[in-house]
Amino acid sequence: MTSGPKRTPLYSLHCELGGKMVDFAGWEMPVQYPMGIMGEHNICRTKAALFDVSHMGQVILRGPNAAKRLEALVPAALTELEVGKARYTFFTNDEGGIRDDLIISNAGDHLFLVVNASMRSQDIPYMAKALDGVEVIEIFDRALIALQGPAAEHVLSAHCPVAADLKFMESVTAPINGVSCRISRLGYTGEDGFEISIPEANAEQISRLLLEHPKCFPAGLGARDSLRMEAGLCLYGNDIDNKKSPVEANLSWAIQKRRRLEGGFPGAARILAELTQGASQKLVGIKPLGRAPARAGVEIQNQNGRSIGTVTSGGFGPTFGGPVAMGYVTSNQASPGNKLNLIVRGKSQPAEVCTLPFIKQKYKR
Amino acid sequence: MTTYYSEEHEWITIDGDTAIVGITAHAAEQLGDIVFIEQKEDGDEFESGDEIGVIESVKAASEIYAPVDGEVVEANSVLENNPSALNESPESDAWIYKIKLTDPSQLEGLMDLAAYKTFIA
Repeated sequence: MTSGPKRTPLYSLHCELGGKMVDFAGWEMPVQYPMGIMGEHNICRTKAALFDVSHMGQVILRGPNAAKRLEALVPAALTELEVGKARYTFFTNDEGGIRDDLIISNAGDHLFLVVNASMRSQDIPYMAKALDGVEVIEIFDRALIALQGPAAEHVLSAHCPVAADLKFMESVTAPINGVSCRISRLGYTGEDGFEISIPEANAEQISRLLLEHPKCFPAGLGARDSLRMEAGLCLYGNDIDNKKSPVEANLSWAIQKRRRLEGGFPGAARILAELTQGASQKLVGIKPLGRAPARAGVEIQNQNGRSIGTVTSGGFGPTFGGPVAMGYVTSNQASPGNKLNLIVRGKSQPAEVCTLPFIKQKYKR
Repeated sequence: MTTYYSEEHEWITIDGDTAIVGITAHAAEQLGDIVFIEQKEDGDEFESGDEIGVIESVKAASEIYAPVDGEVVEANSVLENNPSALNESPESDAWIYKIKLTDPSQLEGLMDLAAYKTFIA
């Protein structure tokens, strides 16, 4: 057995399309195609971009009270999640940090979960152990693709009319070209779009079918990162981790009222206290005022030169038209418009706190 | 005028005791969409191998290393507001520095075009 990076069912298609393959979380994935990150980013904002996200973990939870049982691990309200609806949440730990973030869909006779590639080997044994009596089935024989952008509905509904009827955070099983797929109207770009779970044997055929549309182009992980940063969406391992609480990460919106009243999830003591009293630090959008991008790890200082935090994601936002960043600052420095300095390669660069997202999200509500 | 190439993917064109330095088209292509350049200032001195600037693409930050010892005579100020010129014409209009050479014998350690083409093949 070799221990090289794993390949998704779309590996040979990526190579054929000229994808520049890199190792990402143990998977050989395209970081970009010949069009380049900027071009692919712009395609997603103006037409439709197709991403391979098969490296992410797809999991089925099946069994009596699976939703109720899963509530012991996440702070989302799941028992009232209707069939065909999806919800963003996170596994919390006993210290109130975040173990991983994920999407849970109610698929009727089971729950369908999508977890991060880097965390699937941790999440699945964790759930299997904690949810004794619930079947935890990791799916190894399905690809996952994301079709994102203003033309996504048009591109997909040509082969799957029912897709057009879905609203943001709704999920359905429907055939595409005769192949049964799970189609969910959500994504990681700030655009309208879909994530589609496909049997691996049909993944390439369906991807090719979508790419035949004149408005649909392949996009890689590079564009996925610049798109999600502009959309103000967290990347696990960068913006959220096992130390940062959901309140610090500005994810309180994902903790529904019943769970705030009842608690009953790991780290509830810290998280519920922070919900009422506030957290000492906050994840904020940061707009560098010059042209220099500030990337993860850059120190944030207040105007008196005192260190107040760290950039956790940053780069260039092609649609925003300048550098964009996210990072943690002490809560008294977190108001939009507050002036900061970023220490980029030893030089202090002016910046200011700004509201997230950097671009308007265009979900179909 | 003669042009030499470094293993760090810079080109240097010699004109008497001054020279023009830039990055190769190969380097620009590898970097992808360039969005920012940090340059040294006129009069700054450097030695071969020193970091003499940083280029940021959408993807990542990459250092520019001095191919020889010298002094910055002029940094190309056009690049500050138009860094994408480094993708469009890296081996002509989008030169990075005019420099004064300290030790022209160092050029012997660099590659000619044929050798560079083999190097990146």
